[in-house]
Amino acid sequence: MTIYNFNGQTCRGGKIKVNNLNFYYGSFQALRNINLDIPGCAITAIIGPSGCGKSSFLRLLNRMNDLIYGSRIEGTIELDGKNIFDKTVDVVDLRKNVGMVFQKPNPFPISIFDNIAFGPKQHGKKNKMELEEIVENSLKQAALWDEVKDKLGQSALALSGGQQQRLCIARVLSVEPEVILMDEPCSALDPMATLKIEDLMRTLAKNYTIIIVTHNMQQAARVSDTTAFFMMEPDRAGSLVEYGSTSEIFTNPKDKRTEDYITGRFG
Amino acid sequence: MRNVSAKQTQKMAMAGIWGGGIITLLLLIVIIGYVLIQGLPAVNWEFLTTNPKGGLSGEGGILSTVVSTLYLIGVTLVLLVPIGIGSAIYLSEYAPNNRLTRIIRYGIETLAGIPSIIFGLFGYALFVTVLSFNFSILSGALTLVCLLLPTMITTTEEALKAVSYSYREAALALGTTRWQMISRIVLPSAIPGIVTAVILCIGRAIGETACLYVTMGGSAAIPSSLLEGGRTLSLHVYYLAMETNAMDKAMATAAVLIIIIILINALTNWLAGRFQKRMKGLL
Repeated sequence: MTIYNFNGQTCRGGKIKVNNLNFYYGSFQALRNINLDIPGCAITAIIGPSGCGKSSFLRLLNRMNDLIYGSRIEGTIELDGKNIFDKTVDVVDLRKNVGMVFQKPNPFPISIFDNIAFGPKQHGKKNKMELEEIVENSLKQAALWDEVKDKLGQSALALSGGQQQRLCIARVLSVEPEVILMDEPCSALDPMATLKIEDLMRTLAKNYTIIIVTHNMQQAARVSDTTAFFMMEPDRAGSLVEYGSTSEIFTNPKDKRTEDYITGRFG
Repeated sequence: MRNVSAKQTQKMAMAGIWGGGIITLLLLIVIIGYVLIQGLPAVNWEFLTTNPKGGLSGEGGILSTVVSTLYLIGVTLVLLVPIGIGSAIYLSEYAPNNRLTRIIRYGIETLAGIPSIIFGLFGYALFVTVLSFNFSILSGALTLVCLLLPTMITTTEEALKAVSYSYREAALALGTTRWQMISRIVLPSAIPGIVTAVILCIGRAIGETACLYVTMGGSAAIPSSLLEGGRTLSLHVYYLAMETNAMDKAMATAAVLIIIIILINALTNWLAGRFQKRMKGLL
């Protein structure tokens, strides 16, 4: 299947279609009736006030919420046409295909090399030459290679916060996902490191589908192609208010609530 | 006390903390120093290389008791560590938070509080009598495993729980199975804590006397198999102090015991350091 991205180029990143999605923690409904088409090889930003279910939604896309006891899902999320909640889907394969970058950089307390080689190794790649190639390629793609190529054996914890986050991105790239989820990836970083990550995201969007949750509206406006605005309903369930191209959402929002939020009237 | 300024409170707190630290250190130095000073003069090659011969003056050396002690600890650890770590992994990573798990935890906590002599009686009844292992290293080691499992499990579980949740998330998000995540990320990160658990258990194993007396007997010969009895160093110290008038030899045995504990702890730390580096790929 050939998928085309926004610019008409071929794209290997997956497309995601969310249908009538409801999500519950026990008896509390965290997300209500979400319908969303996420394009391949583009950056989709998810914005909204705290507690509106942005992160919960993101974590559904690689089924990280499976780990939460008592959570329940209704509806479907299709990745390239296949429902990820289907019984035949192996969650381990899904997560390999849908990588995740977390809010706080979380490199393993091992060497830089082993951080990147960890995923491929666990998926059965043992050949040293091959692993070295993967590590180099992943670090290059994450724009970190030049800074760390002489100290691959050192602990990853010795890197700066921004470098650690790019290492985490390289770690995700090492297992060749189609989709990369980012949960406020820059909230713990300084402005310079943030800009570097944003540049990196633009480069990666040529080959990967990126979905980013962010509190920072300038960031959403700067990097994303499409933007989804989530908000809490009176019973605190999160729902999708408006979804469209980023330029439209930020210049000509259709919903009053979106306008109020992006102009900083609340949130 | 309300008018005491923050600075004065700070000073008092610091004095208290320093005082506590110094007292602890002094106690340690005094006890170890006293035993070493009293004991070491009687330690010589002959003392280390002959077996106890008995008698009112505690003739002979301690060779067989050193061998028995090391033998017993070795067998105990081989059984204790895998079972203990396995149970801790189950409780920390797999066990659902339900009634059964709560009962298991309650059981473990209760076991940890039971006096060792009760375990000794249990070991005597089960291993020595019913299973006919007689007074032997095996009976002693199995009894110690029962005695030490609660400590091993709870300390290891604490070590596993202290490993950041973010590492687990990162590993799972890369598409690893739960077991890959545990064996490659969580366990290596928890090794310092697991080593503490092992050292605690070795310390207690070396210190036990009563529960071993009723499961290992007190034979002064070198045990040549798992099914032969033996006498540990601690038991020998007790024997020398209470049944003979050879206080100098009791002190000498105690000095050797302390040195062995220090050596075993150092060795365990060193091994764990290497093991951790290898698992983390830094070696």
